[in-house]
Amino acid sequence: MSTPYRDLALNGLWKNNPGLVQLLGLCPLLGVSNSTVNALGLGLATMLVLTCSNLAVSLVRGVVNTAVRLPAFVMIIAALTTCIELLMQAFTYELYQILGIFIPLITTNCVILGRADGFAAKNRPLTAAFDGLMMGLGFCLVLVVLGATRELFGTGALLANMDLLLGSLAEDWQITLVHDYKGFLLAILPPGAFIVLGLLIALKNRIDHSLAERARAAQPAAPAVNRRVRVTGVIE
Amino acid sequence: MALPRITSPHAKGSNRTQRVMLLVLLATLPGALVLTWLYGAGTLINLAWASAAALGLEAALLRLRQRPVKFFLQDGSALVTAVLLALALPPYSPWWLTLVAVASAIVLGKQLYGGLGQNPFNPAMVGYVVVLISFPVEMTSWPVPHAVGLLDGLRQILGAGALPDGWSQATALDALKINNSLTVAELWRNPAFGHFGGIGSEVVNLAFLAGGLFLLHKRIFSWHAPAGMLGALALMSLLFWNGSGSDSHGSPLFHLLSGATMLGAFFIVTDPVSGATSNLGRLIFGAGVGVLMYVIRAWGGYPDGVAFAVLLMNLAAPTIDYYTRPRTYGHRKPERGFKLGE
Repeated sequence: MSTPYRDLALNGLWKNNPGLVQLLGLCPLLGVSNSTVNALGLGLATMLVLTCSNLAVSLVRGVVNTAVRLPAFVMIIAALTTCIELLMQAFTYELYQILGIFIPLITTNCVILGRADGFAAKNRPLTAAFDGLMMGLGFCLVLVVLGATRELFGTGALLANMDLLLGSLAEDWQITLVHDYKGFLLAILPPGAFIVLGLLIALKNRIDHSLAERARAAQPAAPAVNRRVRVTGVIE
Repeated sequence: MALPRITSPHAKGSNRTQRVMLLVLLATLPGALVLTWLYGAGTLINLAWASAAALGLEAALLRLRQRPVKFFLQDGSALVTAVLLALALPPYSPWWLTLVAVASAIVLGKQLYGGLGQNPFNPAMVGYVVVLISFPVEMTSWPVPHAVGLLDGLRQILGAGALPDGWSQATALDALKINNSLTVAELWRNPAFGHFGGIGSEVVNLAFLAGGLFLLHKRIFSWHAPAGMLGALALMSLLFWNGSGSDSHGSPLFHLLSGATMLGAFFIVTDPVSGATSNLGRLIFGAGVGVLMYVIRAWGGYPDGVAFAVLLMNLAAPTIDYYTRPRTYGHRKPERGFKLGE
């Protein structure tokens, strides 16, 4: 993978993650992340819309007048969201009913418009699509981790009802980790989403912190500077 | 002759954190004793287990946060949080219920915000609300006074078996809330009711009142917050007292001596960290808690609302402080709000 693509991937998945760093699209992130299947369903839908919208916006970037670019982008995003909605209605009807209003609300997800205006409108189609894919994947991953954590704490099981999304293949995927679990309702209720998201952000910052520490430790010590030389800066 | 030079301050207050916390612990004693008399060893086990868990978690979190462990453990604040929680949880609660409550209080409610003095919410109430909305069944099964033996209680605590249904009962507030067919006079024959309030809970409330008056006498807190809360609760229950029919909300005396009223008024609302700071602010803060808790009791989804009311008013405390700054010496009028660029 060449450097710009690697940077894009790193940005989307970690450094500039929409869920953990930009804190965009919090409404679906907190609203539907109460189980893995909901989270994965909405995450994949968002990822698909984001990739396609970035590609489409990048393709029309020379044609659309700057003054009306935002309405135009929103129209593109809304059209794509409608496509996804119809697809979900056709293939995963039960999940479509569970996710409800959150599927049409993908249109208003700030991550998508943010990437469209901030990146896709200024870059080539392939780069823009790849950026959309990586940002969408980053968002989807956070959503799934959040959903799985909340499902685990809330019900003591994982991957319940995955057949709603993946068909009969996934019918017996449910892993019950704790039998006779009382159910920790708070994790499934909205406060649980805020608490777990806060803990995830803290974990990410902690990892970044220790990575930076390690990088600093790995660097060779700065060469000795003659302390008697008058300098105005800081002597490292 | 060299005179000793002593610098100011010359008058020193003796209310260090540790002393305040010890006095608060002492003041919970009457309430704890009455609860023990009513429910047996369950209260004591609650207290011991919650205190041990709180101290352990506090020490672990302090170590993680690289703060001096011994210094902060000695101030006794974790112990006070644990004791208040243990008194609020039903006796013979399963061990994990107490643990989750204490962990939410100490970890989420206190240490993650930066420890003692930094928490915007009352930690004990955070812990209580977390378990209340997560485990409604366990949280609403108060045992019948003098009914549970130690062995059966231990079995419930360890999760080896639940108590028979007849040993737990709805509290008086519960009974009043779900009642829609009996008049209050008929309801009063229900074993959950005593002379003025719920059986047991009226004595418990009087015991906490005694402890609270002791703290007031020791000047641990001013009278404003408890007076605001009890006054507002009495006023609300008087205004909306719709007689003793089957849709009755209960008399003022019933509300003052039921549920967690007195524990809340003297031990929760008076929290110096998460409440308002000025005297007028405390009065408003207490009144807000009183009004909200009556609203929750009368029309809300839960039989008692002290914890929710306190958390909601904790959210409002900065705004109350903003509008109730006292007059500073040398100024004619008190300042309202804060100057920009200050």
